[in-house]
Amino acid sequence: MTTFTPTTPSEVLSTVAWAAAEGSPLEILGHGSKRGIGRPLQTEHTLDLSKLSGVTLYEPAELVLSAKAGTPLAEIEKLLTENGQQLAFEPMDYGPLLGGEAGKGTIGGVLAANLSGPRRLKAGAARDHILGINVVSGRGEAFKSGGRVVKNVTGYDMSKLMANSWGTLAVFTDVTFKVLPAAETEITLAIRGLLDDAAATAMALALGSSAEVSSAAHLPERIAARVASGSLGSEAATLLRVEGFGPSVAYRIAALKTLLGKAGPLQEIAGEASSLIWRDVRDCRPFADDSEKPVWRVSMTPGQCHQMVLTLRMQAAVSAFYDWQGGLVWLRMEQGDPEAALLRGLLRKHGGGHATLVRAAPSHRAALPVFEPQPPALAALSQRLKQEFDPKNILNPGRMA
Amino acid sequence: MSGLAMPKPDDATMRRRDEIVADMRIIVPGEGVVDAANSMRAFESDGLTAYRQLPLVVVLPQTVAQVSRVLKYCNDRNIRVVPRGSGTSLSGGALPLEDAVLLVMSRFNRILGIDFPNRVVVAQPGVTNLGITTAVEQEGFYYAPDPSSQIACSIGGNVAENSGGVHCLKYGLTANNVLGIEMVLMNGEVVRLGGSHLDAEGYDLLGVMTGSEGLLGVVTEVTVRILKKPETARALLIGFPTSEQGGQCVADIIGAGIIPGGMEMMDRPAIHAAEDFVHAGYPLDVEALLIVELDGPGVEVDHLIGLVEAIAYKNGSTTCRISQSEQERLSFWAGRKAAFPAVGRISPDYYCMDGTIPRKELPRVLAGMRELSEKYGLGVANVFHAGDGNLHPLILYDANVPGELDKAESFGADILRLCVKVGGVLTGEHGVGVEKRDLMPEMFTQIDLDQQMRVKCAFDPNHLLNPGKVFPQLRRCAELGRMHISGGKLPFPDIPRF
Repeated sequence: MTTFTPTTPSEVLSTVAWAAAEGSPLEILGHGSKRGIGRPLQTEHTLDLSKLSGVTLYEPAELVLSAKAGTPLAEIEKLLTENGQQLAFEPMDYGPLLGGEAGKGTIGGVLAANLSGPRRLKAGAARDHILGINVVSGRGEAFKSGGRVVKNVTGYDMSKLMANSWGTLAVFTDVTFKVLPAAETEITLAIRGLLDDAAATAMALALGSSAEVSSAAHLPERIAARVASGSLGSEAATLLRVEGFGPSVAYRIAALKTLLGKAGPLQEIAGEASSLIWRDVRDCRPFADDSEKPVWRVSMTPGQCHQMVLTLRMQAAVSAFYDWQGGLVWLRMEQGDPEAALLRGLLRKHGGGHATLVRAAPSHRAALPVFEPQPPALAALSQRLKQEFDPKNILNPGRMA
Repeated sequence: MSGLAMPKPDDATMRRRDEIVADMRIIVPGEGVVDAANSMRAFESDGLTAYRQLPLVVVLPQTVAQVSRVLKYCNDRNIRVVPRGSGTSLSGGALPLEDAVLLVMSRFNRILGIDFPNRVVVAQPGVTNLGITTAVEQEGFYYAPDPSSQIACSIGGNVAENSGGVHCLKYGLTANNVLGIEMVLMNGEVVRLGGSHLDAEGYDLLGVMTGSEGLLGVVTEVTVRILKKPETARALLIGFPTSEQGGQCVADIIGAGIIPGGMEMMDRPAIHAAEDFVHAGYPLDVEALLIVELDGPGVEVDHLIGLVEAIAYKNGSTTCRISQSEQERLSFWAGRKAAFPAVGRISPDYYCMDGTIPRKELPRVLAGMRELSEKYGLGVANVFHAGDGNLHPLILYDANVPGELDKAESFGADILRLCVKVGGVLTGEHGVGVEKRDLMPEMFTQIDLDQQMRVKCAFDPNHLLNPGKVFPQLRRCAELGRMHISGGKLPFPDIPRF
């Protein structure tokens, strides 16, 4: 059992080349903040990238930032904040949900897990902001893809291929992301007391307006009390975030109030109070309870979410809340059984999508497919890609199985 | 590049042409198979008209099952296939091959579903880009990516090329607006990626398919995100004595946290050509002209126009007009949108390039282009998606002068080399196709290119789908698949281990 801690890309290359030659599997690790996601690994060796760290290029006027893969996300976000910029896709922090510390995680991990947050609706995920990568494949070959410019169709977009690959295709050494100006002002409009179906209708109405809502979440009764230190109270809250320049935000909030005046009691939440709520929605704080109760992250057609959850409730005890207008459903299974087959069956009946078991006891993660199983032709295609890039199956073997 | 080397036609396929045509008629009955040379002439090139080639046969399927059967048939018999949408590619992505079936998707022209509450449209791949907007605009929605060929180009082709457009700075490229596709692999298997939900459950194959230039699969259905139309849009027309000042203005606008809906720049030759053509009222005494369009609620647009105007003056603008009406906004754009035909008026032929550079390198690249222009004795006019650094130099030449096309192509290649040298890339939105294929090694090492070919091998191991495009040299997948182990030595003794 050896932990390799390379400090340069060439050390990463030689480590992976050695492992490939030996056929010796590696667990690829940044801070390990998402180590609890995926099938548990039992590798002989660990490749720890946390010392491959540092921002190598940041040009605010060009909206571009490059960093070594092990650079702490927190360091990057601090630098961006100092310059009035941000990663617009708002990468979530799995730490609290998985019983770890908040504020951990590396920029490489952001891409490997294709992280995003409530702004996913409008701004996309990590996959939409990655511009270029340098990686080492499981063959022990160092290569690059993409570049540092936003508009680039030169060759296949291998950077996107690496998004959500969870360290199973290649080890990242450098990543380049598009960065964007942070909004000057943010205000959240909360509609109080709605049931799930009424909330779905209200969110669709808001998103279909020209108010440019950047995030839309629904926290049912009691769940609402578990964000922002209880500042929302326990009454159900349907949250609509509007961001931008001050005069525009004021105008759009007023338009939303007119549009939704009859939906329920409205409440305006501005500034820091608003961002705290969205941070907790982002990080799935309502279910960060230091337990091992299974938690699912379900991506689906927004309009079908509440019906799917309603049907699920008839057969299992679940807590649920919704982000992305309902396109993202967080579920906590209260009786300890993940109910994978039940949930995935219902998901297929409600427009399809994918359910990921992001938190579960290792025994469940070892026995169940953590990631949504794919139809045979697609699974075979994914397997052929894995075979092309990691033929000896040495990079996080089995993690996505 | 005039001496473009394409894969050598396969003799066995050429000999069996009649049999293949007959079999295609069985798979696609009716009018869906075209084999007469004069009828195939309409398909002999795409938007890159310098290259022409009649295909083996043209097949226009109407159902997914037909696409699947055609591909499986060809895969089983080692017959090459070139997919084609509307044929508006500017890089020769849909250039036929002599021994290949040209699979034309234009009969897949129906909108299959519109879902306003979830803001998605499901369309067949032959629906035009503008056709999607047309289908939803009565409810105030639109599809954001707007390549300049949007009236003709197909959404399937947009996926293949990851098309951009003037508004992609704010609203993203095709890749950021497509939620799902159905596609057929070369072996005939039908695969769905994504849907009306977000992100992939496994590897992001949708991300890889977008911009894959028809080499990985044939798209048979596309699901896109639609957006509510902004309440209003206004534009500023700003002139600068130097391109440096124009470039700094762009940087300062972004530095102020403003992402305009569109931000375009033109250089002096392009300004003059456009003004002569459409009389848009462009100032003729400036070196750089910037069009900045702001969209959103009126109150936001008014607020930002004030900020942009101040930034322009700070950077030494000599003229700054603000559109006071929709008609005036459109007149600002009229010259820019007519820039290509306008240049076509001042020169018998022009060759449109498509590099992207880090924006700060603009003055250096423009200076380099002036030097190259003198060296080759050919004029060049520049239009520029200023916000994202995407340059479109238009090289002026006369194809009737012997050697001038070759000179224009060499000039173009030198411009792209310059783009790569300053940290940019060979193509921002037009694709590699055949046009930039042989320049790929300027940007990628052989190892880099091998990885891209490995993706190809996972999708189409026999290189039957659109061969001769994108990759300067095809390597057999079996050869690429071998592991070259350099020896099981322990890595650097000085790597910290615990």
